[in-house]
Amino acid sequence: MFSIDKWQEILSTVRKNKLRTFLTGFSVAWGIFMLIILLGSGKGLENGVKEQFKGGAMNGIWISNGMTSVQFKGLKTGRNIRFTDQDYQLIKNTVEGYDHISARLFMGLDLVSYKTEYGSFFISPCHPDYGYIKDILMLEGRFVNNMDIREYRKVAVIGEKVKSSLFKGSDTAAIGKYIKIKGVLFKVVGIFRDFGRDDNEQRRIYLPITTAQRIFYNQNVINQISFTTGNATPDEADAMLNKARQTLAKQHIFDPNDRQAIDIMNKSEGVRRFNALFDGIRLFIWIIGIGTIIAGIVGVSNIMMISVKERTKEIGVRKAIGATPISIIMLVLQESILITGFAGYIGLVLGVGLLELISSNMPPSDFFRNPEADFAIALGATILLVIAGALAGFFPAMQAARVKPVEALRDE
Amino acid sequence: MITIKSIHKSYVNGQNRLHVLKGIDLEIASGEMISIMGPSGSGKSTLLNILGILDNYDTGEYLLNGTRIINLNERKAALYRNQMLGFVFQSFNLISFKNAMENVALPLYYQKVSRKKRNRIAMEYLDRMGLKDWANHLPSELSGGQKQRIAIARALITKPKVILADEPTGALDSVTSMEMMDLLHEINRSGITMVIVTHEHDIAARTQRTIKINDGVITEITMN
Repeated sequence: MFSIDKWQEILSTVRKNKLRTFLTGFSVAWGIFMLIILLGSGKGLENGVKEQFKGGAMNGIWISNGMTSVQFKGLKTGRNIRFTDQDYQLIKNTVEGYDHISARLFMGLDLVSYKTEYGSFFISPCHPDYGYIKDILMLEGRFVNNMDIREYRKVAVIGEKVKSSLFKGSDTAAIGKYIKIKGVLFKVVGIFRDFGRDDNEQRRIYLPITTAQRIFYNQNVINQISFTTGNATPDEADAMLNKARQTLAKQHIFDPNDRQAIDIMNKSEGVRRFNALFDGIRLFIWIIGIGTIIAGIVGVSNIMMISVKERTKEIGVRKAIGATPISIIMLVLQESILITGFAGYIGLVLGVGLLELISSNMPPSDFFRNPEADFAIALGATILLVIAGALAGFFPAMQAARVKPVEALRDE
Repeated sequence: MITIKSIHKSYVNGQNRLHVLKGIDLEIASGEMISIMGPSGSGKSTLLNILGILDNYDTGEYLLNGTRIINLNERKAALYRNQMLGFVFQSFNLISFKNAMENVALPLYYQKVSRKKRNRIAMEYLDRMGLKDWANHLPSELSGGQKQRIAIARALITKPKVILADEPTGALDSVTSMEMMDLLHEINRSGITMVIVTHEHDIAARTQRTIKINDGVITEITMN
């Protein structure tokens, strides 16, 4: 089947019928090209929107204390709910399935100084797990660790912007230096980058929560409990959140349905909505893509049909001088496979090339960045098109094999 | 070489049934050169197609070189055509996008002869036809006589037992026609049986026997 001679025969046929080859190839190449561009644009859109969701693990849930807005069990509205370490432990013990959990204190903006440099930054005492929950990147040093928590160490992990505002000129190395927060010296042990789009996220200082409680509050108050839901499905994540809500409601005696007693941010909710949106977009792209491919297939079949009609006489001659039906089928089939395969590859290369060009020359925007085609899908589509080309060639080939030499050679 | 006994052939076209051959008996000896004549629609081309295993027959018997030709599948028919028969057509039927040498070499492609070897053999045959210098020309660049000589070279390349020629001079002028007949005579003298369908008397006169067909039956056999 794959003798060199056969391919030479096919190649010579292809070479000598340039227009036909070009027309067939073009419709295939165009189909693949459009599909790649479509897939790439969809991916670019997805990447653009995904960027907006950065800054915090995709499966994070944040529960902050609030003020009751509903009367419950004889208690009036407007009560402040205050979380303590006890609530943190309670969530830790009752909610199952989380992989990281942390409490946090809201200390707001405060003046921080290093030598003669001053700046106003957000002070965020937390547990070691918060680094995971916030999904930050350590540029230098380390995040808060368990030892800091246990030993009430006075250490600080500062954001990139904090570092650049406090450590200037020749004094740029921040690790190991002491910064002053509310009059207390903290040793800088790490510098981080936050991928959140809010610039303020870079102007943050994380402290061990136990240290901050002891120094600044002298009590075990906290403001927020956050955790990530691991590999939980959206429904499981909802169940975990519900469990946490019920637990806190019971502990602090408020209506579990009171939306203001505790303030919940559920990132997976947003992610879910985002995924639903992109499922829709993906479906749309696939419908268009499949339509494009079908158009390509129809084009190929048409041209193969015409080609066989046009070659009736040639096929008749070939049969008269000893071509078997199978050799005629293979001739037509292999030709169509060769053309669709080659043209598909050209379309693939051109499409990917254009995407690369766009990717490297267009500044990423809020809604579009890094268009890229899923190579496996692109390759799959090409293979599909080759198979379709073979199929498109198959019926004309069968028709060709049935050509009676008598009829083909009859002089008109 | 060829024996046919009471061959019948009908074409069915919708409701109409056209009885084309109504019992043909014919014996052609090895090395013989015969012509078949008859008006259009007499069934002479149909007979040639049956002899060429290009078409099948309804009833009767056909022996080609001792082989019974009956109900052959396409693959087998193709094999016999390739090994035992050579065709020459009125309209030459060369493949338009192949040059002279490739056209001549094509039957050997179906015998799985290597490209190099078959092109070499094709050149030998072209040389014999005096067309060596035209080997790389496309059919469209050649004259009628040249095209027919290429078609003959193509028919000869497989060293067939029988050459079947359907109006081989039909598209040629009289001078070229006579040259073509000289060539066919020469080939016949090398021992190849030759069957020529024609409607020209002077062509038929140059064969050993002329078989006249009318309305599906043999009406006359003349020794020339």
